[in-house]
Amino acid sequence: MDEIEFSSTGSGWGPRSEVLAVGWGNSCETVRWLLPRGLLNSCPAGVASCPASSCPFPSPRSPRLTLLESVLLLGPRPTTGGMEFSELIRTGRAQAKLLRGPEAPPLRGTLCVTGHHLLLSPGPQGTSDLWLLLLRSVDSIEKRVSGDSGTITLRCKDLRVLQLDIEGVEATLDIARSIEALSSLESVITSFPFFYRPKGLRLGDAWHFHPPERYYKRVARETNAWRLSEVNEDFSLCLSYPRAVIVPRAVDDDALARCARFRQGGRFPVLSYHHAPSGTVLLRSSQPLTGPQKRRCAEDEELLRAVLAGARPGAPGFILDTRSAQAAKQARVTGGGTEAKAAYPGWKRLHRPLERGRPLQESFVRLVEACGDLEQSMDGWLSQLEACHWLAHVKEALSTACLAARGVEREEACVLVHGAEGTDSTLLVTSLAQLILDPLSRTMTGFQELVEREWIQAGHPFQLRCAHSAFSHACPKHEAPTFLLFLDCVWQLGRQFPLSLEFGEGLLLALFEHAYASPFGTFLCSSEKERCLCEVRTRTHSLWSGLNQPKVRRKLRNPLYVPNPLAIWPSVEPQSLRLWQGLFLRWIRPPEPSQVAWEKVWQRLASKEKTEGCEPTSKPQL
Amino acid sequence: MEHIRTTKVEQVKLLDRFSTSNKSLTGTLYLTATHLLFIDSHQKETWILHHHIALVEKLALTTSGCPLVIQCKNFRIVHFIVPRERDCHDIYNSLLQLSKQAKYEDLYAFSYNPKQNDSERLQGWELIDLAEEYKRMGVPNSNWQLSDANREYKICETYPKELYVPRIASKPIIVGSSKFRSKGRFPVLSYYHQNKEAAICRCSQPLSGFSARCLEDEHLLQAISKANPVNRYMYVMDTRPKLNAMANRAAGKGYENEDNYSNIRFQFVGIENIHVMRSSLQKLLEVNGTKGLSVSDFYSGLESSGWLRHIKAVMDAAIFLAKAIMVENASVLVHCSDGWDRTSQVCSLGSLLLDSYYRTIKGFMVLIEKDWISFGHKFSERCGHLDGDPKEVSPVFTQFLECVWHLTEQFPQAFEFNEAFLLQIHEHIHSCQFGNFLGNCQKEREELKLKEKTYSLWPFLLDDQKKYLNPLYSYKSPKFAVLEPNTVSFNFKFWRNMYHQFDRTLHPRQSVFNVIMNMDEQNQQLEKDIKDLESKIKQCKNKQTDGILTKELLHSVHPESPTLKTSLCFKEQTLLPVNHALRTIEGSNPADNRYSEYAEEFSKSEPGVVSLEYGVARMTC
Repeated sequence: MDEIEFSSTGSGWGPRSEVLAVGWGNSCETVRWLLPRGLLNSCPAGVASCPASSCPFPSPRSPRLTLLESVLLLGPRPTTGGMEFSELIRTGRAQAKLLRGPEAPPLRGTLCVTGHHLLLSPGPQGTSDLWLLLLRSVDSIEKRVSGDSGTITLRCKDLRVLQLDIEGVEATLDIARSIEALSSLESVITSFPFFYRPKGLRLGDAWHFHPPERYYKRVARETNAWRLSEVNEDFSLCLSYPRAVIVPRAVDDDALARCARFRQGGRFPVLSYHHAPSGTVLLRSSQPLTGPQKRRCAEDEELLRAVLAGARPGAPGFILDTRSAQAAKQARVTGGGTEAKAAYPGWKRLHRPLERGRPLQESFVRLVEACGDLEQSMDGWLSQLEACHWLAHVKEALSTACLAARGVEREEACVLVHGAEGTDSTLLVTSLAQLILDPLSRTMTGFQELVEREWIQAGHPFQLRCAHSAFSHACPKHEAPTFLLFLDCVWQLGRQFPLSLEFGEGLLLALFEHAYASPFGTFLCSSEKERCLCEVRTRTHSLWSGLNQPKVRRKLRNPLYVPNPLAIWPSVEPQSLRLWQGLFLRWIRPPEPSQVAWEKVWQRLASKEKTEGCEPTSKPQL
Repeated sequence: MEHIRTTKVEQVKLLDRFSTSNKSLTGTLYLTATHLLFIDSHQKETWILHHHIALVEKLALTTSGCPLVIQCKNFRIVHFIVPRERDCHDIYNSLLQLSKQAKYEDLYAFSYNPKQNDSERLQGWELIDLAEEYKRMGVPNSNWQLSDANREYKICETYPKELYVPRIASKPIIVGSSKFRSKGRFPVLSYYHQNKEAAICRCSQPLSGFSARCLEDEHLLQAISKANPVNRYMYVMDTRPKLNAMANRAAGKGYENEDNYSNIRFQFVGIENIHVMRSSLQKLLEVNGTKGLSVSDFYSGLESSGWLRHIKAVMDAAIFLAKAIMVENASVLVHCSDGWDRTSQVCSLGSLLLDSYYRTIKGFMVLIEKDWISFGHKFSERCGHLDGDPKEVSPVFTQFLECVWHLTEQFPQAFEFNEAFLLQIHEHIHSCQFGNFLGNCQKEREELKLKEKTYSLWPFLLDDQKKYLNPLYSYKSPKFAVLEPNTVSFNFKFWRNMYHQFDRTLHPRQSVFNVIMNMDEQNQQLEKDIKDLESKIKQCKNKQTDGILTKELLHSVHPESPTLKTSLCFKEQTLLPVNHALRTIEGSNPADNRYSEYAEEFSKSEPGVVSLEYGVARMTC
């Protein structure tokens, strides 16, 4: 994360001068001073003074004036349900010492809470580095006072643990309360992405990087059996689908509308992936609303018949239910259920139960707990690793995705994946299956498109699922690390096929961070509809434009990538799966010599590229 | 040969151990005097050395034939189905005979002939010279000297002839001490740290019982601590759990009483004995051999086997040893019961942490020769080379290799060798193909005349050195002078490449290592080419003083290169469609050896002209 935007302001010289900054990303990487040198030198306190009138970047449109715009001018002003940010901030600043884990040296300076950030600006004698943390990324906060000082422990959503030693009891309590209040604001439109204006990016730039139309164009080149329907233009059919979905050409919009009424949340079967070599498809939907009366829906049956007809003649169909047969049956009581065999000729049902929701969240919490305990014995560690079941979930997710992929590729069958709502496990399976099958989705661009299409636009409720991470004391309501599980599975694939993914671990880590707390708007809200209502596309920046800046993109690349046109079948034996140390132990273990080694590999490859004079081509020829 | 009744069986099926769909390969099974050979329909050969066979089992007859399961000491497990029960029975009986030899002379090493003449063979044996190694450490010196007390193995049969002891320890003291030590294994030098002037010494347990003491032994320990001019006290590490050591007192053995020895600090480090280790590995193999193993069963099995706990214990002991020397500047005496299992593990690992020489290919060979072979680790008994007491078999050396592997994982830049080197050594401690690991001590090896009748493994490994090089090795880095591993529990992982070495389906399909190795090779080639070109330019300059020709030379190379470069790309691309037919669902078709095919592809040397193009680019930028 190197692209950091900085600007400053202050009401005068001296101690009241305030330095404010906006960092790239939610990481609290130390902010580098990017002000023009002259300006910096003119400030005796090492703090730039920049009255609005004489500001070198006066235009509010100027992308450089991010801070003035976002934090000072707009920051305190937007209201949060009638309340101003400033009302939540009880103390402006305090002297504090920050401890960032065993390796990083402690930082001392002035601590300051703003609408969206926690800042630590080192005193005038210190270096010109500024530390900042997006408040939204605080997962839990713990305060302790003793004597005339206090300690605040911040546990972040990216699993980092920070400790702040603050002078003054009152200040400690006030800051703790401010952080608590500000980090748990639920309003979307007052969140930081709406104020974040990084240098070098233009609003609305990247929102059209990966529209559904784009994937449709690819499908249309391969087959004629599918069309792009805008039946959900006003989100009336399905709240969680995007405006345009890809459906069988033979089914008209009226039939889709009736289908939607037969599926939970209106999520009728839509195309997820077209596998050109076999001519078959991967579909996803939610459960049918068969209910106790075993209702049927002619249009729904017709739709699935049309799917089979559109594929290779005689292609079988598989319905992959991500619940157990028992659970699917039980769902009938509450109006749900599963497709009746007789009603869908040619389709065969398979059950692969995948854990989701609360058990998954608990598994995540237990794993993070286990990773935090450095003193435990070998036996204790292994038994905790076993008891948290995280790797079991990874195995289940990967093997179910393999099953779906196998159906499409080897059996040359059409596969429909659904669970209950079709917004969690379903997406996990379809997206992983595509990664296994589709070489294009393993490129940097293709993978971003996959996340955008199969997670964000497909209506995975990020706002609910990622409201809290593993440290939150609050009882989980809708939280579940389904997306993290997906990233972990991708990481396992990358470990088993180190040359076949164009992106490295860095991209996965960035996606994890940004899904939980981000200055970008990409992961905001739970559906396209909500994003439209909040005008996310016009008022926030897209993460993809941030990640695709050449400098950032270079770092996220896998230097060893060689396009591999084959399907990549992972081994899902427990011996082949590893704990994702880069994520779960990222802040716990000291920087490993192995990382140093990797950097060496990087350097070597970089110099090789230089000698080659060109980047290796990233698009496999298909 | 008299054991072989059937030499060839056709239509034998080889089952994949982990495939859930019971996939199999059909082929022909051959039985030779030394190997079992299976050639499948793709002409792929599977060779199994008889000495590698740990267990042969004939299972109950099924409809498709008679199942024969062979477990190997290198953790290969093969499951054949022989169509006729008679054939199966014959092979079973032959293998039972062939895999357990009664006499050393029947082992493979005595018949193995790699087409070397006598002088080459002798040179091979002289490759590792321990006297040279002690010289490298800086002994003999003013404090340490070579003792000839054990010249004819009179004092201790299981020690080597050349032993280094403190200069002030006289022969009577040595003899006296050896009588007070189990099997006569008195304290001797294992490693001398030149900078710290501190020593690692090793011995066996004292015969102290509940109260016995021995003045000579006390003198010898004092002599060791006096030989360290910096620090007067020394550590005595008993690598056994305290309970075991106390139990030994009842048998007249035991441990040093701190009151009787001046300036010692006594410490237990709690590594379990060979029997615990054997059953631990047994449990581990049972768990990971299960078909369709669940994640929970795997981790609870890993935990209950205790294997990683034992590995951690050995590692912790070695770290304790290294710290005593580095931080406290103290000499350390290490012992266990007999001083040839745990003591060898701890001394050799400790030296490996302290001295970067042992992390080179040659140095690692020296380390094994010194602390394991010469000091009498009972390789033949521990590896079960001969048909002997199964209670003497134990994976002590395997544990040592695993500890080293864990270190290579934590310090990928600190080792000259790679994982393949460790696996190869492990292969050969059981193969009985070379003389190095035969016998249980130096005396026995001399009696067997191994140097005359067999070959040494080391020169063969050195010849293949390229395969075992770690591309990330940076020998210059001062960071890796002394290794300080972190033994927090999550740093210990299951060593899949050892225990599933032959289960290809479990491994990553692509190897980063090979890519880097290949790049390194390319770079070397390029640098050579640059030099060649430079010298050519010089020659041209000498001939004709105007530089136009030089430019022409460069240009003449350049235009060719683009086409050649694309051909390089194509080569990598075309290799993939060839494999097209091998795609499988779990990626677990036994024929799906994409992994190794990549490896072969990458290890091929590049066409010389391609390199030229890079060379020019280098020169111009």
